[in-house]
Amino acid sequence: MATGTQTWTEEFAEVAGTKLQLVRGGSGEPLVILHDEMGHHGQVRYQNELAGDFAVQIPSHPGFGATEGQEWIMNMRDMAGWYLEALDDLNLGPVNLMGFSLGGWLAAEMASMSPDMVRKLVLVAPAGIRPPAGEIFDMFLVVPRDYIVAGFLDPEATPEFGEVCPEEPSAELNEAWAVAREEACRLSWRPYMHNLAMPHLVRRLKRVPTQIIWGREDNIVPVSAGQVYHDSIPGSRLDILDGCGHRPELEKTDEFLSLVKGFLAN
Amino acid sequence: MFIGYFTERPYQDPKSGYFGATGKSIMDLNVSNEIYDAELGAGLYNRYLDEKIYAEEMGFDGLMLNEHHSTPFCMGGAMNVEASILARITNRAKIVLLGNILPLWDDPLWLVEQLAMIDMISHGRLVSGWVRGTGRESVAHNIEPHYNWERFKEAHELIVKAWTTPGPFRWEGKHFHFRHVNPWVRPYQKPHPPIWLPGVVSRDSLVWAAEQRIPYIMLATEMEPTKQAFQIYHDTAAELGYESGPQNIGYLWKVHVDETEELAEQTGRKYVQGPSNPFLAGNEGTTNQALLHLPGLTSRRRVLPTTEVATAARGGSAGPGGVLSRPYEQQVNDYTIISGTPDSVIPKIRHVLETIRPGSIFFWDGDGAMTHDDAMRSLRLMGQEVLPAVREMAKELDLPGPFEVDPATNQPYEAQTYSAQPVEVTADD
Repeated sequence: MATGTQTWTEEFAEVAGTKLQLVRGGSGEPLVILHDEMGHHGQVRYQNELAGDFAVQIPSHPGFGATEGQEWIMNMRDMAGWYLEALDDLNLGPVNLMGFSLGGWLAAEMASMSPDMVRKLVLVAPAGIRPPAGEIFDMFLVVPRDYIVAGFLDPEATPEFGEVCPEEPSAELNEAWAVAREEACRLSWRPYMHNLAMPHLVRRLKRVPTQIIWGREDNIVPVSAGQVYHDSIPGSRLDILDGCGHRPELEKTDEFLSLVKGFLAN
Repeated sequence: MFIGYFTERPYQDPKSGYFGATGKSIMDLNVSNEIYDAELGAGLYNRYLDEKIYAEEMGFDGLMLNEHHSTPFCMGGAMNVEASILARITNRAKIVLLGNILPLWDDPLWLVEQLAMIDMISHGRLVSGWVRGTGRESVAHNIEPHYNWERFKEAHELIVKAWTTPGPFRWEGKHFHFRHVNPWVRPYQKPHPPIWLPGVVSRDSLVWAAEQRIPYIMLATEMEPTKQAFQIYHDTAAELGYESGPQNIGYLWKVHVDETEELAEQTGRKYVQGPSNPFLAGNEGTTNQALLHLPGLTSRRRVLPTTEVATAARGGSAGPGGVLSRPYEQQVNDYTIISGTPDSVIPKIRHVLETIRPGSIFFWDGDGAMTHDDAMRSLRLMGQEVLPAVREMAKELDLPGPFEVDPATNQPYEAQTYSAQPVEVTADD
């Protein structure tokens, strides 16, 4: 079992016509983690623990972090197309693919475009589908920190909340959030955080073992969208965590790890 | 010197509890239109049109309109509708639109047609300004803030081409796609109506205006950063090999004239009461920080000297609760509000003209909680005493307007004259 002492390296990989910022840790089968709409800003416990069993790869999407944006990428399908080439160039297929929120939508697009590239797919509260009940929280009508706070059912009770969302964010973190919001905006402004074709496109994931994880009290992407994902992907499993918001990996880390490790090990 | 009249056309509702000096906060985008009173709205639209007619009678060269969306501080959500009416009910003054929010139009060809019709009906009195809009506009019409500047430039190119190049032609751009551009209305003015650009924040827009030799109008900013921003225009012009002058720059600020100093003080304070623009200094509204930082709307790195002041004015340095800074007294001290009798106002206007050296100015009046009577008193005194004095001053200071010296060529227009005589106008003319 890995611990917080897990060693991580950061590099820039020349892939798909740009330099990709890539954080790597652990060994084993590759597991690619696609970060959410606020970007990746340092490793947390669930990543350390997964790195005990997998070669974890955490790229920053084009336009996020230090990965240069691609002018031609104007929507999530474009981004998914770019990423598939990036996986080719990294010699990384087929991989275990795990995506969170906007990154979950990206993972679902990639896997439905190219199911052979994905060994197993884990979608954690993914955006991408218009919820039949409720609305996806509008991240652009609040300031960055308020948006992150809204993702947690109980920030106070979340051990790593202060790490991902400091009371007084540093200038660097504020800048990184601003950069992330700009790229998220390009990908998701209209229609907001969804693609009406998604329930039809993800049907192709019947070829890929797919796990969908959701917090029942998700205030960002309503759990009703999780049911649509589940109903649209034959053979998928849906795990709904009680007493949990949009961030199961941080709010219910032990349950989350147990579910994910069980699914990926089979 | 080109002198225009402006009011933002606030929705004034003394009954609502939100507006007037009731102390209730107005949070940007958080005021529901369920309180909208149709009778009140109908009266206000007509009042503001009537005031424009009177402004023309009192000798103003330009009647300026602007546009905002989903907010009580500006009723001109479809400014081109008001402009269309002015095209018919006025007969001398320019109709100055500052401006259409270019990136908002998914179909700029409609703008090509509407503006050409206004130019036709007014016999060539349209000044067609463009703006990029605030976060509020991007949200209200759901237009990608990230593509704001790209859409602005592409729409401008399409519109100018549609006004100047005989159709039909195709337009296959990044954001706009038309297979048959051939509008059956062309502008009255040749080659097309003048295009002006107002703004406060973006360095990109100002440099672009200088590149296009388009006059740039600063909106109610403090004088020193305004001067600095205009210097960027002048420097860009010099780099491009032409000398920009007063004809290239304009300035809008708050000027109210009244019968006594006491009345002027009392009425001037109404600028910062009621639903006057919470976006601007000293007002009672509360800004929405997320709207001010909509991602990608303007480059975070290429901003103007006026931005810092504008941002502070919008709550950047606000006290607890985001109440806006720069109270009335401070705005009076820094000349961004001038309110007084003609005798006290004229020397202050002179100070502004000497400092900034604009060729176009706009008096922003009749706003906030000001009544129709307040506006009409000021207009009368402006026409009787202030405008003639300012015209003399402009001659003395050598401040030619953009209809005296063509900003695109620096050549004087021939026999360009403006009648300062009041003109009788009715809708039956």
